[in-house]
Amino acid sequence: MIAIIDYGMGNLRSVEKGFRKVGVDVCVTDRPGVVEKADAVVLPGVGAFRDCMEGLKRLDVVDAVIRAVKDGRPYLGICLGLQVLFTESEEFGRCRGLDIFRGRVVRFGNSDLKIPHMGWNQVNLKQDNPLFAGIGDGSYFYFVHSYYVVPEDGSIVAATTDYGAEFTSAVCRDNIFAVQFHPEKSQKTGLKLLENFGKIVYGR
Amino acid sequence: MLAKRIIPCLDVRDGRVVKGVNFRNLTDAGDPVENARFYDEQGADELVFLDVTASHEKRRIILDVVARTADDVFMPLTVGGGIRALEDIRDLLNAGCDKVSINTTAVRDPYFIKQASERFGSQCIVVAVDAKRIREDMVYEPEEPWFSDPYLGEVRLPPPSPSESGGPVWAISTHGGRKMRRIDAVKWAEKMQELGAGEILLTSMDRDGTKDGYDIGLTRTISEAVRVPVVASGGVGTLEHLREGLVEGKADAALAASIFHYREYSVHEAKEYLRSKGVPVRI
Repeated sequence: MIAIIDYGMGNLRSVEKGFRKVGVDVCVTDRPGVVEKADAVVLPGVGAFRDCMEGLKRLDVVDAVIRAVKDGRPYLGICLGLQVLFTESEEFGRCRGLDIFRGRVVRFGNSDLKIPHMGWNQVNLKQDNPLFAGIGDGSYFYFVHSYYVVPEDGSIVAATTDYGAEFTSAVCRDNIFAVQFHPEKSQKTGLKLLENFGKIVYGR
Repeated sequence: MLAKRIIPCLDVRDGRVVKGVNFRNLTDAGDPVENARFYDEQGADELVFLDVTASHEKRRIILDVVARTADDVFMPLTVGGGIRALEDIRDLLNAGCDKVSINTTAVRDPYFIKQASERFGSQCIVVAVDAKRIREDMVYEPEEPWFSDPYLGEVRLPPPSPSESGGPVWAISTHGGRKMRRIDAVKWAEKMQELGAGEILLTSMDRDGTKDGYDIGLTRTISEAVRVPVVASGGVGTLEHLREGLVEGKADAALAASIFHYREYSVHEAKEYLRSKGVPVRI
C-alpha cells in the first residue's frame, strides 16, 4: 500500500484519483502508524512551506516520513513535498525543512517574471530515471509555485525547467523521488509518471 | 519555456452547461463532465467552470460537478461564482478544484482576499476583474464603506475632470456587468495582487459576447501593472483574437467560451494557429 499523507495542505483528492486511474492502490492517511507500515510514501501539497512543516509536525508524521526514506522505501514528493526535503526555505523569513538533501528553497527573483510560475512548462531530463520512463525529454507538466529548490549536490538533479533561468524541477537519489510540478494535474504525461512510481514501488 | 495557456470556460447553472451572451439569454447545452472530457482530449490547458446558479439552495450542486469532473479529468480546474465565505473555498478545493475565482465578495470586502490567500495559498485565489470603459452617463452603485480606509480607498475612481485628457479609464462591475462600481480597474488589480491574489481573470464587459476580440488596451495595461499571471477574457470570435490577447495584450492565458463551445474551432486548432504565429503553446 502506498500512503498519501494528508496534512491539510490542499488537493489530495486528485493525487489519489490519479493513482487509482492508472491502477495503483493508495490510501490517504494522517496517521503515523499507517505511514510506518506503508510500502511507499507520497507527500503532495501546495501552499506555504511553513504551514507544510507545521502540518507534518502536528500529525507527528515527520519521524515516520524520515524513517520511510531512510529504510529505503520509495518516496514521491510533489511540489511542497519536494521543497520540504531540503535544509531550509527563505519563505516568510527562514524555515527549517527535513534536511534530507542539503540546499535551500528560494523565491524567483527576476523582476520581469510573473509570479507564481503558473502553467505548463517543459521538463528537461538530466538523469536516466525510472520515474520518467516513457516520458520524452522536454515534455510539458503543470506548475504552480513561487519558490524553487537549489540543491548543493548537483548529482541529485533529475530534471530542470526554464523560467527566466534554469531551475531544478525534479530530484532523485536512490529511493527518493520528488518533483516541483503536479503530475496529478498534467493529463496523460502526469498519469504516466504516477504509473511509473507505482512500478518502482511494486517492481512490475 | 512556459507555454501560453488556452482555457475554455463553461458556464454552469444548476449543474448543467449553458452559455450566455453578455451573461444573459442562457441556453441549456450539456453535461459538464462530458464537456470537460471533450476539452481534455483536445489538449485544453485548464478549465474554468463559471457557476451562474441563481438560487442559493442549488449552489451545492457545483460541488458534485467539480468532484465528478476531477475524478475523471486530470487538469487544473477553476470555479468562479457565488463564493461568499472561506468555507465555500474549502469545500470547492476538497471537491477537487484547484483555484477559485472571486469577484463580488472581493468588492464587498477586499480583505477577504487576504484572508483567503493566507489560509489556502495565493496560488488558488483568482480575482475576477470585470471591467468596463467608463462613460459620462454611467450610473454607479453607492460608494463602498471601505472607501474610507486610506489603504483600500486608493482604488477609488477619481471624479471625472474634463481638463484631463489621459488614456482610457476602466471601472469595475459586479453581478455579470449589471452593477458598476466606483473602482478603478487597474488600481483594483494591483490592490488585489497586494492582498494576495495569485492570478487575475480579466473580462472586458464591453466585449463579452460580442466576438469583436479582447479589449487589448485593457488587457495590456493590467498585464503590465501586475506581477501575477493575467487571463484575458471577453470577446473572442476568431483565432487571431487569441493571438492578439496573448501577444499584444501580453496576457499569460486566453479564456474563451463560445468559439470552443459551439465547435467553431477546437482547442487543438487554436493552438496550431498560435504556434504557426510563433506563440509558445503546448501541443
